Amino acid sequence: MEPDDKTQAGPGKVVARLLMTVVGMFAFGFALVPIYDVFCEWTGLNGKTGGPYAYEAETTEVDTSRVVTIQFVASNNANMSWEFRPMQNQVEVHPGELTEVKFYARNPSATAIVGQAVPSVTPFKGADYLHKTECFCFTQQVLAAGEEIEMPLLFFIDKALPEDISKLTLSYTLFDVTANFVTNGSALSAK
Amino acid sequence: MATGHDDHHHGPAKGFTRWLYTTNHKDIGSMYLWFSFAMFLLGGVFALVIRAELFQPGLQFVEPNFFNQMTTMHGLVMVFGAVMPAFVGLANWMVPLMIGAPDMALPRMNNWSFWILPFAFAMLASTLLMDGGGPNFGWTFYAPLSTTYAPPSVTFFIFAVHIMGASSIMGSINIIATILNMRAPGMTLMKMPLFVWTWLITAYLLIAVMPVLAGVVTMMLFDIHFGTSFFSAAGGGDPVLFQHVFWFFGHPEVYIMILPAFGVVSEIIPTFSRKRLFGYDSMVYATSSIAFLSFIVWAHHMFTTGMPLAGELFFMYATMLIAVPTGVKVFNWITTMFKGSITFETPMLFAIAFVVLFTMGGFTGLMLAIAPADFQYHDTYFVVAHFHYVLVPGAIFSIMAAAYYWLPKWTGNMYDETLGKLHFWLSFVGINILFFPQHFLGLAGMPRRIPDYALQFADFNMVSSIGAFIFGFSQLLFLFIVVRTVMGGKKATAQVWEGADGLEWTVASPAPYHTFSTPPPIK
Repeated sequence: MEPDDKTQAGPGKVVARLLMTVVGMFAFGFALVPIYDVFCEWTGLNGKTGGPYAYEAETTEVDTSRVVTIQFVASNNANMSWEFRPMQNQVEVHPGELTEVKFYARNPSATAIVGQAVPSVTPFKGADYLHKTECFCFTQQVLAAGEEIEMPLLFFIDKALPEDISKLTLSYTLFDVTANFVTNGSALSAK
Repeated sequence: MATGHDDHHHGPAKGFTRWLYTTNHKDIGSMYLWFSFAMFLLGGVFALVIRAELFQPGLQFVEPNFFNQMTTMHGLVMVFGAVMPAFVGLANWMVPLMIGAPDMALPRMNNWSFWILPFAFAMLASTLLMDGGGPNFGWTFYAPLSTTYAPPSVTFFIFAVHIMGASSIMGSINIIATILNMRAPGMTLMKMPLFVWTWLITAYLLIAVMPVLAGVVTMMLFDIHFGTSFFSAAGGGDPVLFQHVFWFFGHPEVYIMILPAFGVVSEIIPTFSRKRLFGYDSMVYATSSIAFLSFIVWAHHMFTTGMPLAGELFFMYATMLIAVPTGVKVFNWITTMFKGSITFETPMLFAIAFVVLFTMGGFTGLMLAIAPADFQYHDTYFVVAHFHYVLVPGAIFSIMAAAYYWLPKWTGNMYDETLGKLHFWLSFVGINILFFPQHFLGLAGMPRRIPDYALQFADFNMVSSIGAFIFGFSQLLFLFIVVRTVMGGKKATAQVWEGADGLEWTVASPAPYHTFSTPPPIK
């Protein structure tokens, strides 16, 4: 066959470009994970609440003109055997007012179990205005067989909460993370 | 590529090593086609297990968990084992012949990309014999079903997907490099046959999304074995993220399975209408538009996951927009036939059935695209009917049309036209008995992926199962016809079909082992 310049020089470059695309798209697949989180945070989707929030009593004014109802829901993920419920089903608060509620959990099983509560707020657009200064969901809970616990939640509602929201539902789903916990540390055996 | 000694003249080596070591695009194309047919039969057997179980309500033959393994393996084997390798096989055979190239650009990689496939599918199929059974989480393998609750064999599934992905990526790189670098002088891009065009675009789609699939199964692997929490809410991850990443791959994937079919039909309809393809340029642009749109519609698979209204609206309208370029294509095919001197040989019958039935599948897709209506249809048999209408009389019929169309070129013999037509009519009737009632089942609320169902669904399920067995067993006739044509038959001329036009019809039938060692002149 007549050697053709295009044929001789071409494939190498094309293949190199295509391989770069492959590597790039593989990386893009992983980049979708943080992109997804940023997108959810930016749009307020998913009802995810933030981490510990510093409450400054001196600078935070309480807006007594408004009352917001906060409802609590607790549920177990599949395979989680704990008894898990809020000790009050709902509270009425003024925006800016620091409030404490407690959740009750008991491990009825014969083995120690590690639990992790994952919160979600509805309506989603209210999620950014519910600030938690202390929450059992920030850490994993270890309960020995038969042990029970009252877990505190301290929160306040931002005064910037949109006027049309008068009720927020804070839901916790409790996951059994014993398997992960055992691989990550030995605290369980110490307990 | 030829190296100066007598490569041009000797034929293939003898024995099994010919197939093991071959770098010849025709050999590799044939191997891809035979492999995909074997997988088509395997996936078909899985489907018949499903339909046998659903013949009557109640549990007759299989355990629910095994039923789930069947639905999962049927989907995986058909998508990755039957349809995709069949199109790669057609590309291997036809792309060099259509653009006047002596072979694929990267012949050794071509060999490798084929030969890793049997290993991938052997690994995947072997999971059925393992403790805990094979994958049972649906071909879409949503987390946490495929992570937290998966059978132990899921790791083999993950590696099988990695290998299939590597094979597809190498195949696509090869096809793109061939098309961009090996065209005969004068074969400009806008002179390429549409099959070549659709494969060029498909190969780019594959390069863009197969790595994302590799990424998502890698994340699963990490979640299962290395304690990460990409898709586990307990550790701060999100199962819905899985669906986003999966469908970012998955939606372009469905176009990967249909664009080459568009190309095949765009070759066959002009031949048997004895007219040029109507609207060649618009076909190219429509294909490109469909490829682009396929990247921005993925969340229409997820309307019921709790998306905000803006998201539902965006994905709904973007999805409906795809009907426009697809409509252009259907219009062009029909207009090509309009006032043509049409004859109805087997490839043309399959191609016309493709146009009609694929359009029906497209319309049910449009129904599913309507977000408020989708809440009713989601996860019902209506979805099953929809995607089987676009994949079976769509992708599969186009592959069969292509096989009948080019079989004389590949083997040098004409197939038996009477048997071919019999195969077509059995398939056509079978497929409609099989899938049409599933629309009604879905609208009446029968969920997909269940081994048992409420009594009111019994009659349509029985009809559907009868169609499945008619369609399934007619494919043995196809095997018989192909084997008989390979063995002998009426000799085919170089042009084969009266209205055929293109470089592949300028070489002898059967196509010599080496073709276009010197580039052909382009009109």
